[in-house]
Amino acid sequence: MTLSLLVILPLLTTIAVLLCRGQYTVRLLSFAGVVMQLILSFVLLALYWKERAAGNTAPMLFVYRHTWFTALNIDYHVGVDGISVAMILLTAFVMVGAVLVSWKITPMGKEFFVLLLILSAGAFGFFISLDLFTLFFFLEVSVIPKFLLIGIWGSGRKEYSAMKLALMLMAGSALVFLGLVILYYAAGGHHFDMMAFAQSHPAAAVQRLVFPLLFTGFGIFTALFPFHTWVPDGHSSAPTAASMFLAGISMKLGGYGCLRTVLMLAPLAAEEYSPYIITLAAIAIVYGAFATMMQRDLKYINAYSSISHCGFILLGIGMGTRTAITGAVMQMVSHGLMTALFFATIGMIYDRTHTRMVEKLGGLLKMMPFIATTFVIAGLCSLGLPGLSGFVAEITVFMGSWQHPGGAYHFATILACASIVITAVYILRATGQVIMGPVKDPHYNGLADATWNERLAGILLVAGIFAIGVAPFWLNDLINK
Amino acid sequence: MNQIPLSHILFVSTALFFIGMYGLFTRRNMITMLMAVELILNSVNINFIAFNKYLYPEKLEGVFFSLFIIAIAAAEAAVAIAIIINLYRNLHSIDVEAADEMKF
Amino acid sequence: MPVAPYLLIVLVPLLPLVGFVVLGLFGRRYLRAFSGLFATGLVFLSTVIALSVAYDYYFISGAGPDSVYHSAKVLNIHWLSFGPDFSIDMDLLVDPISVMMAVIVSLISLMVHIFSLGYMKGEERYATYYAYLSLFTFSMLGLVLSANLLETYIFWELVGCSSYLLIGFYYDRPAAVAAAKKAFIVTRFADLGFLIGILVLSFQAQTLDLRNLIQILGPGGQSLADALLVPGNKGSFLGISALSWGLTLVFIGGAGKSALFPLHIWLPDAMEGPTPVSALIHAATMVVAGVYLVARLYPLYTATPNVAEIILWVGAISAFVPAVIACTQTDIKRILAYSTLSQIGYMMFALGASGFTASLFHLFTHAFFKALLFLCAGVIIHRVHSNEMKDMGGLRRLLPVTHVCFLIACLAIAGIPPFSGFFSKEEILAVAWENNPFIYAIGLVTSGLTAYYMFRLYFSVFWRKTPAHEGLHHGEAPASMKIPLIILAIGAAFAGFIPFSRFITPDGRPGEAPAFGLNVIPPVFIALLGIGIAAWLYGKESNRPEKAAKALRGLYTFAYHKFYIDEIWLFITKKIIFNLIGRPAAWIDRNIVDGFMNGLASATAGVSAATKGVQSGKVQDYAWFFFMGIAGLAILFIYLYT
Repeated sequence: MTLSLLVILPLLTTIAVLLCRGQYTVRLLSFAGVVMQLILSFVLLALYWKERAAGNTAPMLFVYRHTWFTALNIDYHVGVDGISVAMILLTAFVMVGAVLVSWKITPMGKEFFVLLLILSAGAFGFFISLDLFTLFFFLEVSVIPKFLLIGIWGSGRKEYSAMKLALMLMAGSALVFLGLVILYYAAGGHHFDMMAFAQSHPAAAVQRLVFPLLFTGFGIFTALFPFHTWVPDGHSSAPTAASMFLAGISMKLGGYGCLRTVLMLAPLAAEEYSPYIITLAAIAIVYGAFATMMQRDLKYINAYSSISHCGFILLGIGMGTRTAITGAVMQMVSHGLMTALFFATIGMIYDRTHTRMVEKLGGLLKMMPFIATTFVIAGLCSLGLPGLSGFVAEITVFMGSWQHPGGAYHFATILACASIVITAVYILRATGQVIMGPVKDPHYNGLADATWNERLAGILLVAGIFAIGVAPFWLNDLINK
Repeated sequence: MNQIPLSHILFVSTALFFIGMYGLFTRRNMITMLMAVELILNSVNINFIAFNKYLYPEKLEGVFFSLFIIAIAAAEAAVAIAIIINLYRNLHSIDVEAADEMKF
Repeated sequence: MPVAPYLLIVLVPLLPLVGFVVLGLFGRRYLRAFSGLFATGLVFLSTVIALSVAYDYYFISGAGPDSVYHSAKVLNIHWLSFGPDFSIDMDLLVDPISVMMAVIVSLISLMVHIFSLGYMKGEERYATYYAYLSLFTFSMLGLVLSANLLETYIFWELVGCSSYLLIGFYYDRPAAVAAAKKAFIVTRFADLGFLIGILVLSFQAQTLDLRNLIQILGPGGQSLADALLVPGNKGSFLGISALSWGLTLVFIGGAGKSALFPLHIWLPDAMEGPTPVSALIHAATMVVAGVYLVARLYPLYTATPNVAEIILWVGAISAFVPAVIACTQTDIKRILAYSTLSQIGYMMFALGASGFTASLFHLFTHAFFKALLFLCAGVIIHRVHSNEMKDMGGLRRLLPVTHVCFLIACLAIAGIPPFSGFFSKEEILAVAWENNPFIYAIGLVTSGLTAYYMFRLYFSVFWRKTPAHEGLHHGEAPASMKIPLIILAIGAAFAGFIPFSRFITPDGRPGEAPAFGLNVIPPVFIALLGIGIAAWLYGKESNRPEKAAKALRGLYTFAYHKFYIDEIWLFITKKIIFNLIGRPAAWIDRNIVDGFMNGLASATAGVSAATKGVQSGKVQDYAWFFFMGIAGLAILFIYLYT
C-alpha cells in the first residue's frame, strides 16, 4: 500500500474543501475526508497485520523512498512500524471526532476545516516519515495552523495563548532542527536517514550533544517539565476541535519524536541522560496532578491533567525497558483518545451552558445524560479504571518502570503510581460538582442533550477507549511486533 | 617646471570629501544633501585622476573610472531628484527629517 | 483432573455483565419496567450455576483420591504481556475459597436484587439502578474468581467504581455525592499500596498468577523465597525484606477496601446509598474483599510473621474501635456500618492469628446475618422514612416478620448459640487464645460491646416506645422484600452447622471440626451481659441512657465523634495536601514556571525595545553609521596589515 496516500488524502480533501462553497458541502466533504482517513488507517492496520503474520520481520514496512533534494541528500522516505500504525489510528480517530464536534463552527467554517485538515496531513506525514528532514517538515506543518485556529476561533485570552503556544512550539522545533543539523554533519554521511542512524548509531560524543537538543525539543511538544506552560493556556483558549487535536495528537508528536530519538538516534545518550528524564517526568506527573487539583475551569483541569498523563509517556521512554516503552506508546494512544473525548464533552457542555467553571455547573446528568455519561467515562479513563484504556497503559508503564533495575528508579515509579490517587481526587471532585449534585442554575433545566454528530463523536472515541481497555492485547502485540 | 606634488592634490580632494561629508550630515535640505554627495563623488574623481597621472602615467583606467563616476552621479542625481519630488508631493517638504516613516 | 465441568463457572460473572451492558445501553429507554426482573433473572441463573458448580466441586469432583481439594484454572485468554515471558491471562480460578465466595456473593446479590424489586419500585432511575447493581455483581464475582493478582486488582478497581456509582446513586444529594467520592478516594489511596505491592511481588517473582506466586514465593518453595525474606538482601528497603514490603503493601490495599482502622472512614458515610446497596456492598461483598485477598495469599502471609503481626494488630484495633463508636451512634445504618467494621476486624485478626478457616467461616456467616440486618433496616426505613433511632420504637407489631428476622440476626451477631455467629466467633476466639491472650481479651470485650450495641438498636427500634397504631393496615412490606429476609434468616440461624473446616482449609486438606468445651462460657456470658445492659437501658422509655451517657461523658463524646478520626483525615487532606501542596503547586506553575517563560518573552521584547531606537528612520543617522563603520573597518584592515 502506498503510505503517501495518508498524506495525500487529507491534502486532496483540503483542496476539495477550498474549491467548494456552502457550509453544508464543506462539512460533508470534510467529514467524508476524515472518514476515508479512518478507513485507510484500518486498511493499513489490516495490511500491517497481514504482513507481520506472513513473517515479514523488517523493522519498517511499506517503505517508499524518493529523492527529494539531491544536493543535500534529502529523501522523501516513508515507512511504518507498529508504533506508527498505532499513532496513525489514533490520529484518524481523533480527526473524525474533531470534525464531528465542530459541525456548526462559525465564522469561516471553510477555513476552519481547511486548517484542521492541514494539521492532520502534517500529523500523518510526521508519523510515517523515516527521513529526519521530512519528519521535521511535517512537524512544522502541524504547528503553524494551530496558531491561526486558536487566534481566530479561540476564546478567552486567545491572542496571548496562540502566540505563546506557537512560540514555545517553535522554540522546540528550533532545538529539534539544531539537533538534526548536528546529526547531519557530525554523525557522518551527510544524510537525514533515520533508519541508517538506527543501524549504525552516531558516535557517543555526537549522541551526547544531540540528545538534549532533540529530547528537549520534542519534549516541549509533549509538555516536558518545565516547558509545559503552553499546555494550559493553549488548550483552554483553543476551540474544541483544536483542543482535541492539540492534546490528542500534537502532544503525541513530541512523544513519538522522543521515542524515535531514544530508540534510534541516540540510545547510548538516552541511557546516560535517563536519570534527568525520569526526574523531570516524575515531577511533571506529580506536580501536574497537584496543580490540576486546584483548577476551577474544566479545560484547565484537563490541560493540567494532560501534563500529568504525558509525564507517563516520558517516564516510560526514560525508563527505556521494552515494557515501559510499550506502555509509553499505549499511553500515547490512550491519552490521545481520552483527552480528545474529554475536550469534546467539555466543548459540548460549554456550548450549552456557556461556562466551564466547575462551581457554576451542576447536576448535568439530569438533562444531558449522554454528555454526562461520556464525561464520566473520560474521567474514569483518566483516573485509570480497568476496562478503559488508561489503566492498561498506566499499568504497563508501571510494570515496565519497575523492571528497570535501578533502586532509585523505583522511587520515581512509586511517585508516578501515587499520582493515580491525586487523579482520582480531581476527577471525582469535578465529576461530583459538574455531573452530579443539584442543578445550580435553573436555566440549565431546559438544555438539550447531545445532537447526532456529537453522539457519533462520543461513541467513536468511547469505542476506541473500550477497544484498548477491554482487549489490550492487540495494541500490545502491534507495538511489540 | 616643477610639478605640483601629489600630496597637495590629495589634500584638496580630502578637503573636498570632508566638506561633502559635513554637508551630508548637517544639512536638512535634501537638495543640499544631494549636492554634498556630488562633492564627495568629485573628491573621489580627483583622487582617481591624480593617482592615474602620478603613479601610472601610461595607463588610462583612472580616467575611465572617473568618467564612470560622472555618469553614475548623473543617473543618481536623476533618481534622487525623482525621489525628492515624490517625497515633496507626499510630505510637502524636502526636509530629510520629515521622511521618517521607515523606522521601528 | 477434568476442567470441563467448571467451564460453566464462566457464566457466573458473565451473566451479570450481560445484564449491565443490556440495561446500561437500552434499559432507560426500552426496558424500564422489566429491567428489575431482567437483572434479577440473570443473577438468579448465575446463582444457580454457582451453586451447581459448588456442589459439583465440593461433593463430587473437587477432591482428588487423597480427598484434598485441588484448584483448577478455567479459561485462558491472553490479555496483556509485560515482556517476552511475563504475560497476564484472563482466567478464572476454581478452588475451595473462590467457589465458596462465588456462592456467597451471587446469593447475597440475588437477595438484594429481589429485595430491590420492592424497595426501589417507582424510582426514576430504576433501570440504571439495576444496571449498576449488575455491574457490581459482575465485578465482585470476577474479583473472587480471578486467578492472578493483576486480574484481582482489575476487578478490585471495578468494584470500587461500581460502588462509587451505587453510593452516589441519588446523585442530586450532595451528601451522597460526597460519600461516593470519599469511598472511592479512600479506597483508591489504599489501592495505591496494592498496586505497588503488585509491582514488588511481580518484579521478584516474574509472574502474577496466584498459584505460581504462592509456589515461587511461598515457604519452602524455592531459594528465591528464602532469599527474599532476608532483610538487606535483594530488593529489601529500609531493612525490611522485599517480600514483607510487597505483602504489607498488598495488605494496605485490602485494608482500604475492607475499611480497616484507620482507613475505615468511608464506610459509615457510604450509607448514603440506597439501603439494599448497603446490604450488598457493605455487608457481604466489597468490604470482605480485603479479607479475601489476604486469605488468597495466606501461605505467603504465614511465611512472613512480621506482616502477619501487623495484620493481627490492625485487625484487633479495627474490631474494637468501631464497636465503641457503634455504642454511641443514633443512625440505624451507621450503627450497622460500624458493626460491619468491627466484624471485619474480627476476620482480619483471625487471619493474622493463623485462623484461616475461622476467618473465612466468620466471613461466611457474617454475610448472612449482616445482609439480613441491612435488609431489615431497609424495611424499617421504608416504613418510617427516617434513619434516626429516635423516630422508631415499638415497631414489633407493625413489622412482625422483620422483627423476628432482625432478632435472629442480632442473636447471630452477638454470638448466642445456636445461631451461626456463635460458631464462627467461637472459632476465632479460640484461635486468638492460642495466639495471644491479649488479642483474645480484645476480642472478648468487643464481643460484649457487639451484643450491647446490637441489642441497643434492637430494643430502640422494636420496643422502647408504645407502638404507634397508625399505619397498621398498610401491611408490612411487599413479598419481594419479605422473601429475601426469610431466606437470609434461615441462613443466619443455621449456617453455623455447616462443617466448614471440612471444605475450607489453607492446604485444601479437610480439617477437623473444632470441639467446643468450657471455652465457650466467657464469650457467651459476656454477650448475655451486653444484651442485659441493653435491655435495661433501652427496653422501656426512660432517662437511663442519658444518665449513662452523662456518667461516661468524656468517653461518650469522644466516641460519639468517632474519635475525631474523620477530622484528622480532613485536616490532612484539606489543610496539608490542598493548602500546602496543591495550592503552592498551582501558584508556582502560574507564577514561577510560567512566569519564567513569560519573563523570557518579555526579556526578548525588552531587548528589542532597547535596540530598536537605532532604526531612527533618519537618513543622516544611517549615513553616519555607514561612514563610521567603513572608517572602523578601514582602520581595522590597516592595523591588521601592518
